Amino acid sequence: MTGWEGFAFSFLNARVAAEYWPKILEGLGVTILLAALIVVSGLVLGLALAVLRCLGVKPLNWAIIFVVDLFRALPPLVVIVLIYFGLPAAGIGLSGFVATWLSLTLVLMAFAEEIFWGSICAVPKGQWEAARGLGLRFLPVLRLVVLPQAMRIAIPPLTNRTIAITKGTALGSVVAVAEILGAAQSGMAFSGNPTPLMLGALAYLLLFLPVVVAARWIERRFAWKR
Amino acid sequence: MNEFVEAFLNLEIAAAALPILWMGLQQTLLLSALTVPLGITAGFALALLSTRRERWVRWPLMAWIDTFRAIPPLVLLILVYAGLPFAGLEIGPWGSVAIAFLLNTGAYYAEVLRAGIESVPRGQAEAGRALGLKPWQVWVFVVLPQAVRNVLPDLIGNTLEVVKLTSLASVVALPELLFQARQAQSVTYNATPILVAALGYFLLLWPFVRLLSRLENRQLAGRR
Repeated sequence: MTGWEGFAFSFLNARVAAEYWPKILEGLGVTILLAALIVVSGLVLGLALAVLRCLGVKPLNWAIIFVVDLFRALPPLVVIVLIYFGLPAAGIGLSGFVATWLSLTLVLMAFAEEIFWGSICAVPKGQWEAARGLGLRFLPVLRLVVLPQAMRIAIPPLTNRTIAITKGTALGSVVAVAEILGAAQSGMAFSGNPTPLMLGALAYLLLFLPVVVAARWIERRFAWKR
Repeated sequence: MNEFVEAFLNLEIAAAALPILWMGLQQTLLLSALTVPLGITAGFALALLSTRRERWVRWPLMAWIDTFRAIPPLVLLILVYAGLPFAGLEIGPWGSVAIAFLLNTGAYYAEVLRAGIESVPRGQAEAGRALGLKPWQVWVFVVLPQAVRNVLPDLIGNTLEVVKLTSLASVVALPELLFQARQAQSVTYNATPILVAALGYFLLLWPFVRLLSRLENRQLAGRR
């Protein structure tokens, strides 16, 4: 075999690819489901914490800040391993899927809270006061006046962070979730050929490249003119 | 409750695991000291290239950066670690981590630094040239200091992410903090070492998280 033939046999092997692409496709489905669940639950929880923090209850805010700092400082893989291998020892067994979902939700929640909170703070105080002066209650002020303005500030950093954490679904492979990387790795183990891994990388590119390009566009679209 | 303490906060096991976790922490620091400068260097190179106007430089560069921002770092790491031996290259865990991080974090640093360079008004470079500075002097003394200053929170944030990413090296059996913790956990069948490792990461990185959140809030507030 020449060098190129050897390379093609290992990395672009059509026979292996034909055998394993359905598995990778299944993995793609799992990745998309997992990512969607994480994005929804993480952003909702993050927003909820930011709103709670607006109430200004000191001990509550300290607790929120601590939780947020904790999940910003811990590597996501450490959180996943802790929840997956740790909780069964305490009598709570979670599947790898649920452990990954829960872990990355907590991480996204922490980052989202920080971004939402920063954005809410960036809305001038006069907006709060004027809305309150018009007789709106706390929640309507937040919903109708402050959050719409805060969202515009929050969206670019939030998009980038959400993408970065969603890519963390690949970490699920460490705790036996059959998402793209997990499917690709078992395909590689069975066939003794890294072609499934190449297919997996391709699947991630198909999934995330449009998102990354869209994020770049969003960043420019929402940028404040200086 | 007793069972929980036994499984999670077992002081005896924590004490036994501490020396090996300490070794792991040192490897984590060493790994960070390798990957952060590597990523920043690659990022600088890509960011400088991205200021070129020629289309044949810009487009491949964008494609390169976006590709490595789209592939999850763990996928890249495993592709390098498990894939390259099939191409006849045995580079081991350290080499694999270095290559994967160079590609991944280099792309992220490049985006941050590019935004920084773009935020410096053109007049600065022109004024520097008019004062008789050479092009490299304009870069080093005029543009880059302002660029770095403008995106300092993002740079710190990215660096924090890189240090956290070093935990991925545990997957390719590089004996850093998380790897050692999992070893200790599988030997003792007790989750305490992982909790201790998590505490280690937290204590190491918390000061940076605090600093970052102050810088970020100031930045968001400044966008009005």
